[in-house]
Amino acid sequence: MHIYLDYNATTPVDREVLEAMLPYFAENFGNASSIHSCGQRGRSAVDEARVSVAALIGARPAEIVFTSGGTEADNLALLGSLAASNQSRKHIITTAIEHHAVLNAAQALEQQGVDVTYISVGSDGVVDPQDIRRALRPETILISVMHANNELGTIQPIEKIGRIAAEAGVYFHCDAVQSAGKLPLNVDSLGVNLLSISAHKIYGPKGVGALYVRTGTSIEPQFHGGHHERDRRPGTENVPGVVGFGKAAELAEMNRDSDAAGIEILRDRLEQTLTIALPAVRVNGSSSRRVANTANLAFAGAGGEALVIALDLQGISCSTGAACSSGAVEPSHVLLAMGLSPDEARSSLRFSLGRGTTSDEIDRAIAIIPPTVERLRALSPRASNTVHAR
Amino acid sequence: MPNQLVQLEPFCESADTRRSAQSMVAEAPAVADQSKHCADTGNVASVAVAMSGGVDSSTVAAMLNSSGQQIIGLTMQLWNQRRLPQLPGAEPTQHRCCSIDDVYDARRVAEHLRIPFYVVNFEREFENNVVRPFVDDYLEGRTPIPCTLCNNHVKFDQLLLTARQIGAERIATGHYARVRRNCESGRYELLRAVDESKDQSYFLFGLTQEQLARTDFPLGELSKGEVRDIARRLQVPVAEKPESQEICFVPAGNYVRFIEGYLHEQGRTLPEEPGDIVTTAGEVLGQHYGLHRYTVGQRKGLGISEGRPMYVVALDRAKNRLVVGEDRELRSTACEVREVNWIPYPVPDGEVRAKVRIRNRHEPADAEITTVGPTDARIVFDEPQRAVTPGQAAVFYSGERVLGGGWIR
Repeated sequence: MHIYLDYNATTPVDREVLEAMLPYFAENFGNASSIHSCGQRGRSAVDEARVSVAALIGARPAEIVFTSGGTEADNLALLGSLAASNQSRKHIITTAIEHHAVLNAAQALEQQGVDVTYISVGSDGVVDPQDIRRALRPETILISVMHANNELGTIQPIEKIGRIAAEAGVYFHCDAVQSAGKLPLNVDSLGVNLLSISAHKIYGPKGVGALYVRTGTSIEPQFHGGHHERDRRPGTENVPGVVGFGKAAELAEMNRDSDAAGIEILRDRLEQTLTIALPAVRVNGSSSRRVANTANLAFAGAGGEALVIALDLQGISCSTGAACSSGAVEPSHVLLAMGLSPDEARSSLRFSLGRGTTSDEIDRAIAIIPPTVERLRALSPRASNTVHAR
Repeated sequence: MPNQLVQLEPFCESADTRRSAQSMVAEAPAVADQSKHCADTGNVASVAVAMSGGVDSSTVAAMLNSSGQQIIGLTMQLWNQRRLPQLPGAEPTQHRCCSIDDVYDARRVAEHLRIPFYVVNFEREFENNVVRPFVDDYLEGRTPIPCTLCNNHVKFDQLLLTARQIGAERIATGHYARVRRNCESGRYELLRAVDESKDQSYFLFGLTQEQLARTDFPLGELSKGEVRDIARRLQVPVAEKPESQEICFVPAGNYVRFIEGYLHEQGRTLPEEPGDIVTTAGEVLGQHYGLHRYTVGQRKGLGISEGRPMYVVALDRAKNRLVVGEDRELRSTACEVREVNWIPYPVPDGEVRAKVRIRNRHEPADAEITTVGPTDARIVFDEPQRAVTPGQAAVFYSGERVLGGGWIR
């Protein structure tokens, strides 16, 4: 049986979630914007889900804007809040370890003339709030910092940054896609104006996410269309997806602590066994300030890409840096930002566990990974890139 | 010693490989009959197939798969098509190497065959070992062969290494050439493809014994038509795909624009200073616009009118001069080669007689090769050869065997 250790990439849809969604494909298929009773059934399902998703993050239902996923939520947060500002000079602050949904949206803003400051992180993969404070300018409009990093699992000091943003009167966006379901989330204690979450990271369906928009925070819609989602995101509601998201949020809130406790024990066993069984294995990022399910390990002298393939051929799914369009990998910008060399970054793997991970799977992974790493190391005559003399 | 080595040595089995290839076309898709080689038989470890998305490598994957061989499909991501977007014809979806379409095709074939398939990223290795030397060669007045550099330093080096790291012991490619182990010498030999018109042995002269020992060329005994037939019979999804002939990373075959774009991207300045076009006697005939725009043997686009056909005879980098001359001045009786790789034997001590091919479609010419030191050699042709071009490879043949080759100085 395959051992899936890539829950940060995506999670399987929970049975209960799937069952909650099924009636909304062919039976209750109505358009939630329609007047008739068929549409009304869709509307009430969406409203119910909105309550559940709001509850997951301590928000009011009216503050939830459903989107097509985390990427759209991040784009709407950055592009939408900048578009809503009529300042002549605009500046935003973000970090070098954000997901590409934020980083590339920030780069798009730079193309439009917005100044962007990218704050780096320490070798622990955690941003220093004082660096954020120092980057503030009179024309700063937005700070965007992720909660849990997708590659390392490291938890960023969102509450502290939230206070800095509030003092400065600057909007604060948090990409919480990787922390939802893993950490308690409360938009008030985090001090955010905007917060992105995604269903498929919490055992819900792909293609649905949400942006929390605090009452009073103004954003411009980035699509043109109807009056859906209180004029913030046009498009016919993805009723089955939203229903699934609502159920997944409910289950996440219910199972969060018990999930985390069991997963942390397994993650720690995997990590400790590998670091003892193999020489020159290092944990990337803080091992204390991180979510319970993620282990990012550098296997010096073994190429991460070949290692992912070699492990996949033996039934273990894990991952390395961010995937590019053709499916090949580039060295992780997160690891580079932490100060790892390109070779160290290329030799790093992420294992992310989840609700379905069993003790037996971890035992088998522990049996398979060390000899695989040893074989790769034995076949790597040089760790660094070689240029052949001509 | 060298003279006797020029003779064909006996092989352990003199099976008529041509016939076996044909019988395969006619009957079953049972291929990869390793038994006709004398070594590495009975090894059931998996083979990595380098899949480009084209018909040849796709057919290799289909052939090996249908013969029951355990295979893993690997596609190399070599060049980011989004780089140098200003180049004409640089749209990333075009059917060129590493285009998204080609990776998609390779993946489609792998899905059809239900084999494990991965895209592996060698962009860095490709740039360091192929693209940059390609550009530098042109700037230094040479005419490079990027395919050979890729074979030597990426495909049969990094890719083979990755293949071994993920548990495959061998690599199979869609090249038209053959590898055979000589039982007497114990060495692996490189042979021309049976289909002369498709033979790619010229591009493979640099393969070492270690590389050849782990390489399979399943198409070496087949004609292109036979390969298409097999592809159709095995329902390979790309069976009807047209062939590409261009240098994979150069859009629209415009290497001058590529070099200029690449140098610009690298923040390097283009040595585009114009210089004199001179005859071999030193008479100035006109101006050139940067030596990287010209290649030895070129006749068109020189912008000179002499009343007689004039050809580029040499690129004089030191004096930034383009030397032109008549056809007879283009002919040389000798040249020197560097980084010589000998295949059926280690460096020979004396002269070797061979047929030497100085560019891909060149009719091999009789010559005598004398080694100069451990890595260089001097080639003296029986008859003067036209447009012996620095940067191209001189590859030595004896019958169907490739004796070796080197880079023309």
